[in-house]
Amino acid sequence: MATMMMMQALTNALDLEMQRDPDVFISGEDVGVFGGSFGVTQGLMAKYGERRVRDTPITESAIIGSAVGAAAAGLRPVVELMFVDFIGVSLDQLFNQGAKMKYMFGGKAKIPMVVRASCGAGLSAAAQHSQCLEALFMHLPGLKVVMPSMPYDAKGLLLTSIRDDNPVVFLEHKMLYGVQGEVPEGDYTIPLGVADVKREGTDVTLVATAYMVHLALGAAEKLAAEGVSVEIIDPRTLLPLDEETILTSVRKTHRLVIVHEEVKFAGSGAEIAAMVAEKGFDDLDAPIVRVGAPFTPVPFSPALEREFVPNEAKIIEAVNKVMGK
Amino acid sequence: MSLDHETMAGMLGRMLTIRMFEQRVSELFAAGKIPGFVHLYIGEEAVAVGVCTALKDSDYITSTHRGHGHLIAKGGDLKRMMAELFGRSTGYCKGKGGSMHIADLDLGILGANGIVGGGPPLAAGAALAAQYRGTDQVAVCFFGDGASNQGTTHEAMNLAACWKLPVVFINENNMYGISCSTDRSMSITDVAERAAAYNIPGAVVDGNDVIAVNEAATEAIKRARNGLGPSLVECKTYRHRGHFEGDPCHYRSPEELEEWKTRDPVDRFSRQLLEMEIMTQDRIDGLRSEIAARLDEAVRFADESPLPEPGELTQDVYTV
Repeated sequence: MATMMMMQALTNALDLEMQRDPDVFISGEDVGVFGGSFGVTQGLMAKYGERRVRDTPITESAIIGSAVGAAAAGLRPVVELMFVDFIGVSLDQLFNQGAKMKYMFGGKAKIPMVVRASCGAGLSAAAQHSQCLEALFMHLPGLKVVMPSMPYDAKGLLLTSIRDDNPVVFLEHKMLYGVQGEVPEGDYTIPLGVADVKREGTDVTLVATAYMVHLALGAAEKLAAEGVSVEIIDPRTLLPLDEETILTSVRKTHRLVIVHEEVKFAGSGAEIAAMVAEKGFDDLDAPIVRVGAPFTPVPFSPALEREFVPNEAKIIEAVNKVMGK
Repeated sequence: MSLDHETMAGMLGRMLTIRMFEQRVSELFAAGKIPGFVHLYIGEEAVAVGVCTALKDSDYITSTHRGHGHLIAKGGDLKRMMAELFGRSTGYCKGKGGSMHIADLDLGILGANGIVGGGPPLAAGAALAAQYRGTDQVAVCFFGDGASNQGTTHEAMNLAACWKLPVVFINENNMYGISCSTDRSMSITDVAERAAAYNIPGAVVDGNDVIAVNEAATEAIKRARNGLGPSLVECKTYRHRGHFEGDPCHYRSPEELEEWKTRDPVDRFSRQLLEMEIMTQDRIDGLRSEIAARLDEAVRFADESPLPEPGELTQDVYTV
């Protein structure tokens, strides 16, 4: 074990997989000479050369589209979308091409590719560089959606994502790149579709993703002091979604709060809430409560951005609400 | 002209196959046998055949919504194509794709495409895979005049030029993006002029002259195979049918269509081969009967094939 920041854990995963599999290559804007806008591909061009770590023009459609074409032809591209917001100019290549090819072609195509993208607010980067868009990708059959909260998860999930034979959208919250944790130095994988219980508890099930897991852990600590025991579940992958771990927890706690940073309306939490309402309604003792961003673009001013992103106080309030306090 | 006689006879055979396949599809569509939309390639046969004759089996192509001709020219199986158009489980895509999504990855066909401009980045990617692996494969991207105005086309050409990818962009300029004529959709006359923007070769050829298309494609493909990067070849052509079957075509004049029909690529190449005494009328007639018989068989196969089972609906979304 080593202590690594999430950023280093991701670099480590890319490095290990490029060593292991010569078909893996990286492309994207500023991934080579610059080392990645958030430093995730640092050192990889020096180690693997320009053939395998490819700086591209600013050309998101061609970055994603060429990855789809290369994957259809047998390679395993890992491309970086500097900010997930940029999917706006390139979505067709992912969702009309990459995600659908296998199905459209009657099952014959295999599209093993990863789109890594930074996401999330917190840097005053405003409306086009701060979004969380996981629900958008969750609505597209053929894709997988991964969203880690911890360095350990990030590395194991990225290794699995690169080895997966489907297009995977791998979302890296920018406030988490510097978060530290214990990470094994060698090769290990975490299956997609398996949630992780980040804190055990008995009174309330709290499902949280990415940065919100950290806020939830803080909130749970404070709530524990008040005698409320919160169980925190990080789905880690939203598609496929580990329904059973969530349902099992709800069977124990009988209460559910869902926290995510994306806008609450039609966010990933809506699907989780609907799933529990359909499959675990009898286990619930209180209405499900969701915490998410208001239905606005992400604002610039720190004063507004702080208001936009869910915080510990809002999470505590939500837990108290399901507890009937 | 460096093609041998048998190759040219084979080219005419493929052009006739495309023509007769599309005529059959038109009839079957009118008879209600084919659901959805179909976009026919009649009038443009010289492009697909001229280009694909210059390709190896291992090369890649990306196609368009008007893709039947490309598939046949690259060696696609008529029975599985027809079955797909009928929505049957024996079709290329098991009835999940239809006319706009037929693919045969074993033949390097990375799919027809329902999105105008969807193919160019994919072709660049396939070419990247070839370059990455050091094979001598080439990717050909067929795209229309409409797609030439899409951002994806620009992005793919620029990336291909920067990375010297072995890709050949074959523009099929049939003068109309659905109803919008190129004089209203572009401020230039020739799509090929845009090659200058990427510092790659750009050529304009008579897209109804299969030999001219083949010569230009051969040169571009050779260049790509030799590591010299992409080219753009614009083939001026015309679709005899509407954008889709059922299109009233009120945006173009009957005179224009008649004028283009005098340059019908199939008739023209047939005459050429007769004049050159490479083919006899008897042999061409024989070829037509043979193709008609293959099409009868394809239609019978499609008609007798089972529809997909409802349970197949949720299969093939993911590779497990």
